[in-house]
Amino acid sequence: MNAALFVLSRLARDRSALIGLVLILGLVAAALLAPVLATHPDDVFELHPSKRLLPPGAQHLLGTDRMGSDIYSRLLFGARITILIGVIAVGASLVIGVPVGLVAGYYHGWLSDLLMRVSDVFLAVPQVVLAIAIAQTLGPSLPNVILALSVTYWPWFARLVYAETRTLQKEVFVESTAALGASPLRLIALHVLPNVASPIIVRASIGMGFTILTAAALGFLGLGPPPPTPEWGRTIAESREFLPDAWWYAAAPGVAIFLTVMGFNLLGDGLRDVLDPRIRRASGGARGLAGDADG
Amino acid sequence: MLRRLAWFLPTLLGLLAVTFVIARVIPADPVALVAGETATPAQVEALRRQLGLDRPLAVQFVDYVGRLIKGDLGTSLYTTRPIADDLASRLPATIELTLVAMVFSVVVGIPLGVVSALWRNSALDHALRVVTVSGLAIASFWLGIMLQLLFAMRLGWTPLNGRLRGFPPQGLTGLYLVDAALTGDGAALGAALSHLALPAATLAFPALATLVRFTRAGVLEVMQSNFVLYERAMGMPRSVIVWKYILRSALTSTVTQIGLLFGILLAGAVVTETVFDWPGIGTYAVNSIIRSDYNAVMGFTVWAGAIFLLVNLLVDIAHTFIDPRERAA
Amino acid sequence: MDELLSVRELEVEFPTDQGPAQVLDRISLDIGQGEVVGLVGESGCGKTTLARTILGVLPQSGGRIRGGAIFFKGRDLLRENPVVVNDEVRGRAITFIPQDPFSSFSPLFTVGTQIMDLMKWKSPRRRGGAGARRWPALLRGYPRERWRADRAAALDVLRAAQIPEPERALGRLPHELSGGQRQRLMIAMALLPRPDLIIADEPTTSLDVTIPAQILRLLRALVKERGVSVLFTTHDLGTAYEVCDRVVVMYAGQEMESAPTDAFFQRPAHPYTRRLLESLPSPGGEIRDIPGEVPSLVGPPPGCRFHPRCDYATAECATLRPAAHAVEGLHRVRCYHPVGAS
Repeated sequence: MNAALFVLSRLARDRSALIGLVLILGLVAAALLAPVLATHPDDVFELHPSKRLLPPGAQHLLGTDRMGSDIYSRLLFGARITILIGVIAVGASLVIGVPVGLVAGYYHGWLSDLLMRVSDVFLAVPQVVLAIAIAQTLGPSLPNVILALSVTYWPWFARLVYAETRTLQKEVFVESTAALGASPLRLIALHVLPNVASPIIVRASIGMGFTILTAAALGFLGLGPPPPTPEWGRTIAESREFLPDAWWYAAAPGVAIFLTVMGFNLLGDGLRDVLDPRIRRASGGARGLAGDADG
Repeated sequence: MLRRLAWFLPTLLGLLAVTFVIARVIPADPVALVAGETATPAQVEALRRQLGLDRPLAVQFVDYVGRLIKGDLGTSLYTTRPIADDLASRLPATIELTLVAMVFSVVVGIPLGVVSALWRNSALDHALRVVTVSGLAIASFWLGIMLQLLFAMRLGWTPLNGRLRGFPPQGLTGLYLVDAALTGDGAALGAALSHLALPAATLAFPALATLVRFTRAGVLEVMQSNFVLYERAMGMPRSVIVWKYILRSALTSTVTQIGLLFGILLAGAVVTETVFDWPGIGTYAVNSIIRSDYNAVMGFTVWAGAIFLLVNLLVDIAHTFIDPRERAA
Repeated sequence: MDELLSVRELEVEFPTDQGPAQVLDRISLDIGQGEVVGLVGESGCGKTTLARTILGVLPQSGGRIRGGAIFFKGRDLLRENPVVVNDEVRGRAITFIPQDPFSSFSPLFTVGTQIMDLMKWKSPRRRGGAGARRWPALLRGYPRERWRADRAAALDVLRAAQIPEPERALGRLPHELSGGQRQRLMIAMALLPRPDLIIADEPTTSLDVTIPAQILRLLRALVKERGVSVLFTTHDLGTAYEVCDRVVVMYAGQEMESAPTDAFFQRPAHPYTRRLLESLPSPGGEIRDIPGEVPSLVGPPPGCRFHPRCDYATAECATLRPAAHAVEGLHRVRCYHPVGAS
């Protein structure tokens, strides 16, 4: 726990990372307290056709949409969807990708080559495209979106962990511990994992941002959770036919997405600066960074 | 490097297999969709047999790969045209869009990155850093819509969508800008440019942000080098030091980025084309997916996958040329 | 004044976490025409900073010049137009031999390209002047005639520097050459603009042990031939002995003693110099640390900065820094109690 406190204290000095943290906390608060913060909590399900497309005002902070529902309230509930998708998708990618990377990195030979080639296959096609294909195949729904995102994101973790594990293997302490007869599992758990943890955390934070963007893109294309779920991407798609008059309808969810992703990116950048700039450089981190921007 | 080459084909095959399986394992029955709602079960079965979709998966796969080798990407279930033809007819549109976006990001992004590093912590640098961080946080489809809102709808400065209204310029390349320039068709050139403006800007924005960031970081790092110190001590003109020596060193890593950038752009093109009704491969892919035209989906994925693997390979090769030290390695 | 280079009361400060460090404390130093002067001292004594300040390349994040003057051929470099100084003095009248020849080349261009780029701007055949400033530097061309002459001159100097097969060497990338060859190249590049003064910053430190002697002798021969002055910083007294006409010793940002080489090694006057020479394991070896600590440059001891470690220190040593006075002829020392004096 000392390590965690140390990281937090260093992080606190980085202004942009703090802004990121604030944005994320805001998102979480919005999601958790949606029923409380929303001015029209029932608008997630109820329709008020007589109040369609009202501009932002005292009654409706961000105006109303094509069904007359309060946009502000729906955005708040949409935050729940966003967090859910982000956390589960990235979490699942972690759960798949990290062990794959560890095994591929630790062992040499055909197995590890195969695992890495499989990852390459997934990395060959941009995440968006593959996610779209999968989501469409399975049908638009929340679980399918999450599945599509997890299936396309795990290779990033696998590759990262693979590279780090390989680098660590060359470290003397790993070799000597192995020579002493420690079992591979013990070696991995006690020695490799702690060193790999930092880049994983950084990648997870930045990955949240990109996963959320891809999820919004899926929603926009109609492949996300179907109405009346107030998913942000879908809301933007719905708003298109009412432009340019009802501009707030399109602007609001976009800004929400922007602030959320910005939060994760800033936090991720801050974490990266704090956690281990030296190790990143040693393992060729700069190349790995480039692969972040997808979709 | 040879290892990379060796793995190219198996990776491609793996990609095919994955997509193949995914496309076939679906709850909805595309054959039934194609046959139409009024088709009887017997008619659907007949269609299935005709399309060869009743055979075991493995057989279908082998057959597919066989045809691929001959350059046959299959026939679209929706348009009933060869997919290769469909893709070819839409390719120039996507290439033009992507190229313009890429050229724009490189031509603007790299100098901005250099300037940002030279005037570190100045007002310009801070402004650029804000812009670049935002650039990666904005959903590109939303950016496209907002740009449409402002420039097309409110200000009327550019057309709303599409690639061109009226007749395309005469030409062979299919790239309207090139063709219009070659045939001296000023009106078409202007029209093509105005149609390109918004989609290219949307596509370029994240790429620009990335390029500025990486160039800035690269230049900052190189500025600490001993050879820069030497050149300064020997009174070399500053512009020569920066734009010839520093930039070249900083660019060695940027070239890798440009290759990956191409990948990002192509991916972004899918969504951006949809927003602007751009008649390219992106809209084709999305439409095929929505129409459950899985032959087309397969065709597109194979094509896209091959392109990406190829680009990665080329980037690796280019890197060896940019950095002469790598040739020895 | 008739000295080529005359540093007067130079004061340089560096910002640090603990406050500003007084890295150079009103240093004065003279170099005559055709003279090879060695600047010796422990690491951290400020010799590199002095060299860099003369060259005008203090790190951007760092040092500030708080006072003093650097007179070169009668004009104060610190007060002249910086553009003119960069164009006409740096790389022309005053050139540089860096410590690490490997990293001082760009790894991406051939050695020939880098040398010819240098010649494009710094060749003695180049006409400077107002007209030259009309075009931005990047767009300026390189007249064919001059290019040919410059290239021939470059090959000549490379031969003089004993670089084998100079034409082939020019076509090589820096990493394809040996350490010794690179160092010779650096020497050649320092001589090509026909400078008046070369500033060499620990030029043999990064080479392996067997090479330096030849290269040093070569350097000395080349500069003596051409009448070029050299300011040579080093922490290796052996080098100083071999190559220099005169040696100046520095301690904690202050110059302590300046003497012709023989006098320096046989009749050192300053207590610090004495201790330095005594602490050597063998004559002409590297400087080892002497007992006691080098003072922090943030809030350094007043007066003569060596006084806390000096056996002969008295009250006045801690109050006012001694002025330079002659011991004999060109042998000058800044000390109230020079050894061997009455």
